[in-house]
Amino acid sequence: MTAFSSKVGTGLREENAQSNMTTANKIELKNVSKSFGPKHVLRGVDLVVPKGSSMVIIGGSGTGKSVTIKCVLGLMRPDSGEILIDGEHVEKASGRKRDALMKKFGMLFQGGALFDSLPVWYNVAFGLIHGKKMDKEAARVVAIEKLKAVGLGEKVADLFPAELSGGMQKRVGLARAIATNPEIIFFDEPTTGLDPIMADVINELIVQCVKDLGATAMSITHDMASVRKIADYVAMLYEGKIIWTGPIADLDKSGNAYVDQFIHGRADGPIGRNTA
Amino acid sequence: MNVDPISQKTGQMYLARFGNQILDLCATIGNAVMRFFGSVGRLAEFAARAVMHVFTPPWFGRQIGRQFIDIGYYSLAVVGLTTLFSGMVLALQSYTGFARFNAEGAIANVVALSITRELAPVLAGLMVAGRIGASIAAEIGTMRVTEQIDALTTLSVNPFKYLVAPRILAGTIVMPVLVLIGDIIGIFGGFLVSVFRLDFNAYNYVYQTMEFLEPIDVISGLVKAAVFGFIVTLMGCYNGYNSDRGAQGVGAATTNAVVSASILILIFNYLLTQVFFS
Repeated sequence: MTAFSSKVGTGLREENAQSNMTTANKIELKNVSKSFGPKHVLRGVDLVVPKGSSMVIIGGSGTGKSVTIKCVLGLMRPDSGEILIDGEHVEKASGRKRDALMKKFGMLFQGGALFDSLPVWYNVAFGLIHGKKMDKEAARVVAIEKLKAVGLGEKVADLFPAELSGGMQKRVGLARAIATNPEIIFFDEPTTGLDPIMADVINELIVQCVKDLGATAMSITHDMASVRKIADYVAMLYEGKIIWTGPIADLDKSGNAYVDQFIHGRADGPIGRNTA
Repeated sequence: MNVDPISQKTGQMYLARFGNQILDLCATIGNAVMRFFGSVGRLAEFAARAVMHVFTPPWFGRQIGRQFIDIGYYSLAVVGLTTLFSGMVLALQSYTGFARFNAEGAIANVVALSITRELAPVLAGLMVAGRIGASIAAEIGTMRVTEQIDALTTLSVNPFKYLVAPRILAGTIVMPVLVLIGDIIGIFGGFLVSVFRLDFNAYNYVYQTMEFLEPIDVISGLVKAAVFGFIVTLMGCYNGYNSDRGAQGVGAATTNAVVSASILILIFNYLLTQVFFS
């Protein structure tokens, strides 16, 4: 499977190189493993995300999607393997190098992860004020612009996160993720807990924001509607390994029984009921 | 001598079972010891990292200011009431005891010494452990569970600098101030009871207190207070930071923060007393 995924990865690289000679791989995972005690969550993940593309990792609950994204973000250290962002090792970076890497990232958390002690505008401006040392007044102006970009008016800016609905919190989370104009944006289950219409709104905002910024996106989800809307490439994680990866157009003709079972949401198939 | 082969076999079986039970017991004790030293090591590493971040920039002034108000200003009432009543009850108890030996004259000294050396720092420490240790653990624990700590990291802000360092800095600095205020209020409590209930001469009481009290009595109490402030905020941050998932995880973190801080306060109180006065 590893050979297969790296072959697809090479395919992506070539395809990408044809479209733009200067592009390279933004994110590369090579044989990444991570265990928690006796539990092997990742067993050698290989994945390539070309610059400017949107990669969505699908897979059932507990297959290691969140751990993969946390390893790339540097929130967890993999036990073995390599993770490269623009050719630089994430897992070995520390101090200033790590700070510089973190400045390239934006992340939309599953539950929003908004700071509940701070008003909405400060949440959005947080990375600008503390990460980029921007003046508070200027950061507030940018924050309000970003809130507008996700469809929220100026009135929301001075509310606290607890006063917002789930959909609005997701939008604020998205505004915060894009506030610093990051090169790479991570989306952790962006549509979980939202009604279908709000989910579609968030999906469209994600596509729009990523396109506007020209950013590379890496998402994890098990919502197939979301996958079809936001993905350029899809990778399926099963039992700690990438078992299939390819362009979204090939998803329905993957020829992989695991992928077919997952995307059609069937209870019966090669994926056991207890793990799906 | 003939040994019945069946009873010999049964004997061996019992012996083997007994041996296994001993091994199980050893393994359990060994695991517990390993876990204990593991957690001591993790706590020490956490404390070292926290102290390092207290002394290195950037500092978050707003956060530090907020903690000074939360830990210091809002604890004033609790610490004031605790020391006031401790001073009052101390005067009353000493009087009933000392009257038997006609030693009522020593009450002012007993109150001043007990309050400054022991009661104000320890009781204030325990009250602050309940008030602040719990709230720090619950707040940071909830931030951990709702991924707010991860969010800080992705926004290029070190959670140790933003959350842990301000609390530990404020706790260590503000506790001695609280205890100094507690010393004054506690001695005043003893004064109130002695003068208005036990009919002591007010001037004599104050004179005796001032005459007898040495700087080391107050200073030792303030040093204890700084250590207790560090312990309370450290245990709150450590337990909150390492909180398990869910409401139960945050609940357990809060309990552990208060219990461990209280026990450490009592242990360090003994150790510091030995350092100062032996």
